[in-house]
Amino acid sequence: MKKSAAAAVCAVLALACVMPVSAAETVKIGVYEPASGDNGAGGKQETLGIQYANSVCPTVEIGGTEYDVELAIVDNESSNEKGPTAASQLVSEGVSVVLGSYGSGVSIAASDIFEQAGVPAIGVTCTNPQVTEGNTHYFRICFLDPFQGTVLANFAADNFEAKKAYVLTKLGDDYSVGLGHYFQEAFENELGGEVVAETFPEGNADFTSYLTTAVNEGADVIFAPTSTEAAQLIIDAAAAQGIDIPILAGDTWDSNVILNAAKGKDLAIYVTTFYQEGGNEEFDTNIKEWISGDSTNLANNGGDDTVAAVTAMGYDAYFVALEALKAAGSTDPAAVNEAIWDVTYSGVTGDISFDSENGDAARDSAYVKTANTETGAWDFVGVQQKK
Amino acid sequence: MSRRTNMTISALLLLALFGLVLGLERMLPPTHIALTVLKKGCIYALVAVSMNLLNGFTGLFSLGQAGFMLIGAYTYGILTIPVADRASVYQYFDGGIIQFSVPVVVGLIAAGAVAAIFAWLIGLPVLRLKSDYLAIATLGFAEIIRAFFQWDKLGRLTNGSNLLRKFPTFNSIAFPFVVTVICIGIMVLIINSSYGRAFKAIRDDEIAAEAMGINLAKHKRMAFCISSFFAGVGGGLLAMYQTSIQAATFRSSMTYEILLIVVIGGIGSVTGSCIASFLFIASSEWWLRFLDTEMYIGNFKVPLLRTGFRKVVFSVIVMAVVLFARRGIMGNREFSVSGIYNFFKKKFGRKEAAK
Amino acid sequence: MVLQPPNFLSAQARTFDERKVSMDFISKNLPYLLAGISVGGQYALIAIGYTMVYGILRLINFAHGDIFMVAALVMVYASASFPLYVTIPLVLVSTVLIGFVVERVAYKPLRDAPRMSIMISAIGVSYLLQNLALYVTGGLAQIYPAIPLISNSVSIGPATTKVVTIVTPVLTVLLVILLMWLINHTKIGMAMRAVANDFETSRLMGVKINSVISMTFIIGSFLAAVGSMLYFTNYASVVPTSGAMPGLKAFVAAVFGGIGSIPGAVIGAFIIGICENIIKGLGWTTFSDAFTFALLIVILIVKPTGLFGERATDKV
Repeated sequence: MKKSAAAAVCAVLALACVMPVSAAETVKIGVYEPASGDNGAGGKQETLGIQYANSVCPTVEIGGTEYDVELAIVDNESSNEKGPTAASQLVSEGVSVVLGSYGSGVSIAASDIFEQAGVPAIGVTCTNPQVTEGNTHYFRICFLDPFQGTVLANFAADNFEAKKAYVLTKLGDDYSVGLGHYFQEAFENELGGEVVAETFPEGNADFTSYLTTAVNEGADVIFAPTSTEAAQLIIDAAAAQGIDIPILAGDTWDSNVILNAAKGKDLAIYVTTFYQEGGNEEFDTNIKEWISGDSTNLANNGGDDTVAAVTAMGYDAYFVALEALKAAGSTDPAAVNEAIWDVTYSGVTGDISFDSENGDAARDSAYVKTANTETGAWDFVGVQQKK
Repeated sequence: MSRRTNMTISALLLLALFGLVLGLERMLPPTHIALTVLKKGCIYALVAVSMNLLNGFTGLFSLGQAGFMLIGAYTYGILTIPVADRASVYQYFDGGIIQFSVPVVVGLIAAGAVAAIFAWLIGLPVLRLKSDYLAIATLGFAEIIRAFFQWDKLGRLTNGSNLLRKFPTFNSIAFPFVVTVICIGIMVLIINSSYGRAFKAIRDDEIAAEAMGINLAKHKRMAFCISSFFAGVGGGLLAMYQTSIQAATFRSSMTYEILLIVVIGGIGSVTGSCIASFLFIASSEWWLRFLDTEMYIGNFKVPLLRTGFRKVVFSVIVMAVVLFARRGIMGNREFSVSGIYNFFKKKFGRKEAAK
Repeated sequence: MVLQPPNFLSAQARTFDERKVSMDFISKNLPYLLAGISVGGQYALIAIGYTMVYGILRLINFAHGDIFMVAALVMVYASASFPLYVTIPLVLVSTVLIGFVVERVAYKPLRDAPRMSIMISAIGVSYLLQNLALYVTGGLAQIYPAIPLISNSVSIGPATTKVVTIVTPVLTVLLVILLMWLINHTKIGMAMRAVANDFETSRLMGVKINSVISMTFIIGSFLAAVGSMLYFTNYASVVPTSGAMPGLKAFVAAVFGGIGSIPGAVIGAFIIGICENIIKGLGWTTFSDAFTFALLIVILIVKPTGLFGERATDKV
């Protein structure tokens, strides 16, 4: 009995070791994204974009040789503590470049591992400045929180004549706290408004009291840059209390999770984002078909085929990585790292190039969308530029 | 086998192990998963032994380990971030109030000391409680500590709930190993001293121990502070491993993981805790990772495999150990050279007798 | 976090005339109170499970909060394919079954082991249930289905809230009265009291220990299932860790009220629910969870038997 069990275990392990056998030349791209934890939903949507891009373009020509592109996907569990092992796993698998992560904290936590290994990383939607600040191996293709916070503060002042804002952020979430901070800075210092800021702890489900405070304080707008998990609850609580104050949020809220939660409720929700669905017809149709064609993909996208901005960003990030590989002419991570600086790419989310200081994307506009609570889709509001 | 040969062989084994680890570091690329797992495993070994000192040797069921690790990690981070980098780390808090930094070793000792001071304060009210009440009270204190460190009124000191980073980290795997070996060595010495015997007496029977003239309050407080000191050092090391510190990481689930390590290794066994922590970390974060990805054997798709399956399998294994191998890997015995020697002697002795 | 003066004492409000002040006071603070009472009732239903199990087995059933979470997941998945009148009984029955199985598989074999072993086993079960939930949901938050009637919004004076907010305390009190009757006036209730009083003696006196313990877990799980329906109707998103915090708080409530005492657990839960929301209303949001634990530590030190615990147990 014991022996046969041991033999079975050995067989499984042996299979696991033998599995990745492939004849053609392959280049590996690491996908460092959360598939569980607080940012699981967003991470999965971002990964979907990368996977779709991989299905569209599974090969790349590097230095005259055709390579198969293989994605190495790990789950960083949205946790700074589990992130480093996930990152080492990628490095151990010999990836040439890493994409990710959704969530700035985990990106920062893994940054040193990538640096030591000499593997470059391209952040897809991690908007916190600290991700790329002062290093030469972490790049990103999205805009930054100071920009996004300013844009949202201006939007609030311009469209709602807001004098007082209620800012609700999640304790211990760099993205949330950071964006809240930049919003507050812009709103108070540049626009002369007043901010009431509160935080909620991890695992909090009851937002009634927070929203009551927002109402009692007489806030003109509520700004809640949070993960989609908390967003659902905030929307639900706001609807139950009949809150008519506009709710603003950042790019994380651009997700069908929000649309589903807000559908049929009397709320005004505005988000800034990287991409507006319908911006590229061909991409939209094809990716929708691809998502609907596979039940796993559909489940990972939250059950319908709405294209999240992070998915589009993931798609672009993959092609940026391919461009870098082509430019490097080698699968050597160091060469790829050198090559990324000069990569320019026209993606579905706009033109992407990197500044020469930190490797941040040069982006100066954000799309503003509002949730249409009747149709359950996003309505385009406008493009907000930095002032 | 004499005590002296026993000691010599043990020391040699330890050296050989150390050499092996260093050799691995030379041979493997610096970020190889094996090295990452070894680093984390060795930090967890230290924390698990510190928890075992309390739970296994003194019989105080405390669930506050994550809280003390948090204190250690923050103390280390706050004290060692280079002055030049403080402005960028404390970007929301004008560079913070502390404008000096100390060497790594001083930082780690301070990490332990501050954790021990907190432990002393917390111990004043909490150590009067027993068994599960103590457990729940320490768990509660860990949560309070976590909220406290995230409070943005203290932001100039703790950076609020934002990341602390840019402090010195490991440059070689040797560092965490040396620190861990020294710390565990000190704990073993304490366990084998008269204090250690007093701890065990308290564990076995409080009333009898008191009757024997052991000062219960003093010894409990001492065990609590010692355990927290090393948990604090462990927290500092964990910060070095993670390269960043955030209070949100130190949840009660971290304490549970460490508790499970202690149980798997055997409550009351130092070597058991060490072995178990390496096994625990390696299997949960490395060996079982293949269960998370879809796999095809030919055209056959292996069922069940997808994200999260690794954790299910792992928790089933843990549950099986808790239920069926209740004494854990080592029970309350220790791995020792003389133990092995006696084991083989008995075995071969018997064989010879059979002949 | 910005510390602002408490709303109750807002200096500005005092300048208006008395009547307006009191209206203003009510309209501003009623929502906090309502949220507190509602969540208090939900904690109460979970806390009963803790307090009964602890009373009989001296075990902090760490997995209880996770059973509460699993009940919610069953509801999510069952309601996708069945109508509500099938789903609700299904949720109740399957939760009871899970509670029963957990006790039989994970706690019964350890009945004679040290108490610490059973507690560790409970932590293991909690770990397993959370990871199973993670696997099944794929890490995505599940939206809890709306239960008609109690999901609708309703206005109470100046505050708007869901009907469930009002239903919860009423239902909680009804269930507790029923449970008290069960314990005080039925044979199984008598057996429970006997076992809680003296485990060994009642075993010798011929009380079927195992069926009494199973019954305890069945009642506890049933109430947790009811609690989960109310709780998640209010906070309609289920993640694998959803049960952890409510579970821990319910346990604190059970200790606060005096562990082993059912009315104590209920009153403790309401106090904790209300205090938690007042703390948030005062702007001390960072400490809303920490406060619960601070309360626990204070009560353990000042009155270790809790508000309503009578027996001097061996805990101090």
